[in-house]
Amino acid sequence: MRYSAFRIFQQGIAGNRGWKPAWRDASPQSAYDVVIVGGGGHGLSTAYYLARKFGIARIAVLEKGWIGSGNVGRNTTIIRSNYLLPGNEPFYELSLRLWEGLEQDLNYNAMVSQRGIVNLFHSDSQRDAFVRRANAMRLAGADSEILDEAGIRKLCPFLAFDNARFPIRGALWQPRGGTVRHDAVAWGYARGADALGVDIVQNCEVTGFVMEGGACRGVETVRGTIRAGKVAVCVAGSSSRVMALAGLRLPIESHVLQAFVTEGLKPAIPCVLTFGAGHFYVSQSDKGGLVFGGDIDGYNSYAQRGNLPVVEDVCEGGMAVMPMIGRARVLRMWGGLVDMSMDGSAFIDRTEIDGLYFNGGWCYGGFKATPASGFCYAHLLATGQSHPVAREMRLDRFRRGHPIDEKGAGAQPNLH
Amino acid sequence: MIINHPLLGPRDHQEFVCLGDATLIDRPDWRDEDAPERFHDYLHLRDNPAGEVREVWYHEHGDRSWLVVTRDTGSHEITSVELAREVARRRGRGR
Repeated sequence: MRYSAFRIFQQGIAGNRGWKPAWRDASPQSAYDVVIVGGGGHGLSTAYYLARKFGIARIAVLEKGWIGSGNVGRNTTIIRSNYLLPGNEPFYELSLRLWEGLEQDLNYNAMVSQRGIVNLFHSDSQRDAFVRRANAMRLAGADSEILDEAGIRKLCPFLAFDNARFPIRGALWQPRGGTVRHDAVAWGYARGADALGVDIVQNCEVTGFVMEGGACRGVETVRGTIRAGKVAVCVAGSSSRVMALAGLRLPIESHVLQAFVTEGLKPAIPCVLTFGAGHFYVSQSDKGGLVFGGDIDGYNSYAQRGNLPVVEDVCEGGMAVMPMIGRARVLRMWGGLVDMSMDGSAFIDRTEIDGLYFNGGWCYGGFKATPASGFCYAHLLATGQSHPVAREMRLDRFRRGHPIDEKGAGAQPNLH
Repeated sequence: MIINHPLLGPRDHQEFVCLGDATLIDRPDWRDEDAPERFHDYLHLRDNPAGEVREVWYHEHGDRSWLVVTRDTGSHEITSVELAREVARRRGRGR
């Protein structure tokens, strides 16, 4: 069923009795061309682009719980392409371009809001670094501007400009950045993939891989064995656990990242605002709640909950940069599992096992990558070649001496 | 999380920083034939299990000792804390 204003009108007259489920709750068949393990945003977008752009017919997405129950429903919904390095920036710019056309492509309202993203700076050296980044972004076709202090005062007059430690001197500004309604991304891709014949199988945990002659030929699941021409793992947060079933060790640690939402407030924050020096970033949802977060907790965790010292640190960061936040009450906070890689960048690659592919290592920034991750993963699965913008996202890049280390922190996942 | 420091008693984990898996104590020997491969694995690959892990923590805002903490990544429960020095000596390392 195609969604449109006319459809709403028509259904309204008919008492809204004609709406159909947006996707089928499929049962698994015995064999597929491609089996995607993980029904999050990346897995669903991979399935969608495999069917839509690359014409693969028999595709299944296997999800342990229900689709959208993992990180695609637990993030802070920010999209941007303000990276520095050539291994990353063209990829994230492709992603932003796909976000811009996503709703028309999927015929689904994902509430893509390009309200812009601000990265504050406080010193000459930080400004120089952001000018360099802004130039790198432009070289990759992205938009970027450097705001001086007057510019950022006009955009966000409520900031603490004269903070003694971090006086605000200006900002890197990407007007095309913004936010997207995260749940709608999972639902929209699921609906789009389902319409193209993809089987979305929920409550279907993968418990092992079918290995024949050293090659991967399918998966064992709680709902039986499913054979596949190619198995595409896409389970960021739990990558190490799933790949260990195939005997692989990854350059990844699982960490917990916390996020917070306040009660609904009147519109106050016109953009996405990041205060990197103080480990705080914030945006305002369309319901009015301030959605904010900060650093990862810093130790390995699968608990989906963090500890109080980071809560205190994030709130201190918020108070330092925008003291008006002190009047808002936090309604909810939660933690999500993130794949922290050894250089802070992701992987979209084949593995040393024939037929087994891997997508993960998205650190705390997987949501913005959802469309390009799916598109490039589908490209790899369908053509056997890495997409040009994802060709540095290889699992062997540490062995070859070509990490993509945006922060220059080295092989220390909790510092990225 | 409360880390029961072997010398100082119970301390809030805020005083510490986590370095990572305790296998970081077992630095490969650069003179080995396969040293590049072993250093790659040592530096970059992790088991990263859900459940019990042994990690190296540093008491940065305290006595600056290195500890080996045994902790559950599912529940954050800490079951044992040892001085990293003693763990390393038991493994035949250090002076």
